[in-house]
Amino acid sequence: MANITLREIAHSYSGPSDNPDDFALKRLDLTWKNGNCYALLGPSGCGKTTLLNIISGLLVPTLGDVLFDDRVVTKLSTEQRNIAQIFQFPVIYDTMTVFQNLAFPLRNRGRTRKEIEPRVIELAKMLGLENDLYSKAQHLTADAKQKISLGRGLIRQSVNAILFDEPLTVIDPHLKWALRSQLKRLHKQFGFTMIYVTHDQTEALTFADEVVVMYEGAIVQVGTPEDLFERPEHTFVGYFIGSPGMNIVPCRVEGNILRLQEYDLPLDRSYGDLSRFSKIELGIRPEYLSLAPPAAEGVRVDIVKLDDIGSHKIARVRLDDHIFNVIVPELTEMTADQATLVLDPQHINIYGDDIRIGGER
Amino acid sequence: MIEKQTNQKAWFMVLPVFLIVAFSAIIPLMTVVNYSVQDTFGNNVFFWAGMDWFRDLVHSERFHDAFLRQLMFSGIILAIEIPLGIIIALSMPKRGWGVPVCLVTMALPLLIPWNVVGTIWQIFARVDIGLLGHTLASLGFDYNYTQDPLAAWITVIVMDVWHWTSLVVLLCYAGLCSIPDAYYQAAKIDGASRFAVFRYIQLPKMHRVLLIAVLLRFMDSFMIYTEPFVVTGGGPGNSTTFLSIDLVKLAIGQFDLGPAAAMSLLYFLVILLLSYVFYTVMSNVGIESSSDGGSQS
Repeated sequence: MANITLREIAHSYSGPSDNPDDFALKRLDLTWKNGNCYALLGPSGCGKTTLLNIISGLLVPTLGDVLFDDRVVTKLSTEQRNIAQIFQFPVIYDTMTVFQNLAFPLRNRGRTRKEIEPRVIELAKMLGLENDLYSKAQHLTADAKQKISLGRGLIRQSVNAILFDEPLTVIDPHLKWALRSQLKRLHKQFGFTMIYVTHDQTEALTFADEVVVMYEGAIVQVGTPEDLFERPEHTFVGYFIGSPGMNIVPCRVEGNILRLQEYDLPLDRSYGDLSRFSKIELGIRPEYLSLAPPAAEGVRVDIVKLDDIGSHKIARVRLDDHIFNVIVPELTEMTADQATLVLDPQHINIYGDDIRIGGER
Repeated sequence: MIEKQTNQKAWFMVLPVFLIVAFSAIIPLMTVVNYSVQDTFGNNVFFWAGMDWFRDLVHSERFHDAFLRQLMFSGIILAIEIPLGIIIALSMPKRGWGVPVCLVTMALPLLIPWNVVGTIWQIFARVDIGLLGHTLASLGFDYNYTQDPLAAWITVIVMDVWHWTSLVVLLCYAGLCSIPDAYYQAAKIDGASRFAVFRYIQLPKMHRVLLIAVLLRFMDSFMIYTEPFVVTGGGPGNSTTFLSIDLVKLAIGQFDLGPAAAMSLLYFLVILLLSYVFYTVMSNVGIESSSDGGSQS
């Protein structure tokens, strides 16, 4: 087991190029610490799978190096790297039984039947496959098949890391939850590094110690779920994480005063000269907005729509051309079509050209 | 409860299909059946012969020989074309400019009419003027398909392999192309050897198209007529007289309508039976191997 370091990695499917648009993966540096559980989050086509394939060795990056601790493994083949990877759709060997499927990676590495058998039986028990062990893998359900794929990854004890490429896409929601907690348990038990690709934010946030968010071939933020929620480093992260996502609205900032249309609002920190940015925006989560009666002091908004999603309501309110989503508790009575929008200053983030600006207290 | 009404009028709906099938299959077939149980000395006068022609046929050495030759031919053809087709399909490129080039090259022999294929090989293999025959003869090989039965067999088989392996290749290639990349990637991660990839991924995924390939090649080769007729005419002697060639000799050459009709029917039943056996065996291959499952791991 080792720390996995990506050093100035970049990848283009059309070979080396001077045009940055050719790169599916823009230059990035990142270290995956041994034994941690990471989620790789991002929209479809942002380069998550490319990154995964580079780590596992299915792809050789156009630029840069992959290191396991201090050893450069960029050119090593997948089997030499000792990495397991589980794909979006279950891959099983149709003609084999469940037992043979699970034993396959060990058999290919020349282990004896004596070594293999107890290990397979133990693993099958852990995955809940022990009853199907001698039946054909072909005829099992999708989730059992995905468990087999998973099992083939786990059967090798010495793997450096297990990479998951959206492994639960084909699984029913109630089984998803069960499989995910099973994965977490196995992770605790074995302590392998886990990198979990997903575009489902709840999956990422509940699962991982650290979340890596990718956008258009670049890593925009690495942080704990809390970081991503409270302090998104990029407007994309704010927008992508959360349901509904962060409200991002153009504004002006002078010192510790936020100017939103004709309203001046206090901020809890002050910002210096922001004239170097072409675009200044404020970002605030719907959770930190609230509505007060229209008569109250503050930002006057029109209520456009009210969606009841069960545990709470989502109000869409309009300030001139800008729409805010506000999460309001179940019992709030909304009679008028106007209200006053209250922003919690502590949770306002200011973005210059999509990048979060720190500010001083 | 709704009372179930019986209405036999629905049978009329089946009538158009019945008529079409009657004209396309039943009536022509029944004329053959008709001939097979009668005898004639010409002048359109027929005598009832019962099962005599069939009895004669089953005991006829000529039929046995042709039948054995036919089986041997189909067996050799399948044994060469199926593995060769798989090997060629496996070595064809999966992407890039090579794909259309390979596909067109492969499809070419399939587009040539049967008798033209026969003519091409008839001339190609001639010892006096043919490129192949003359070259072989000049190199000192004793090759003459008009006199040597072995040379005739080799010529006919090579011709069929040349003509029809492409079909197997194209079917296998289609099967191979439908395998998602994830399978190959998973196999790499599992450390599978090239042979294991073939044995556990490619072959099982090609199973269905291979079934079709074997069936088509078997039926076609079992009914082969035009190409060997043009090349060898069934000779030298009777050495390449396959069932269909024998049948034509019997029906048109000797004008023995009764025996020929009986032979046609038997020929048809044999093809039907063998195709059914092939199909049943091959579609059960996957299921059978599951029962001996975990024991072989």
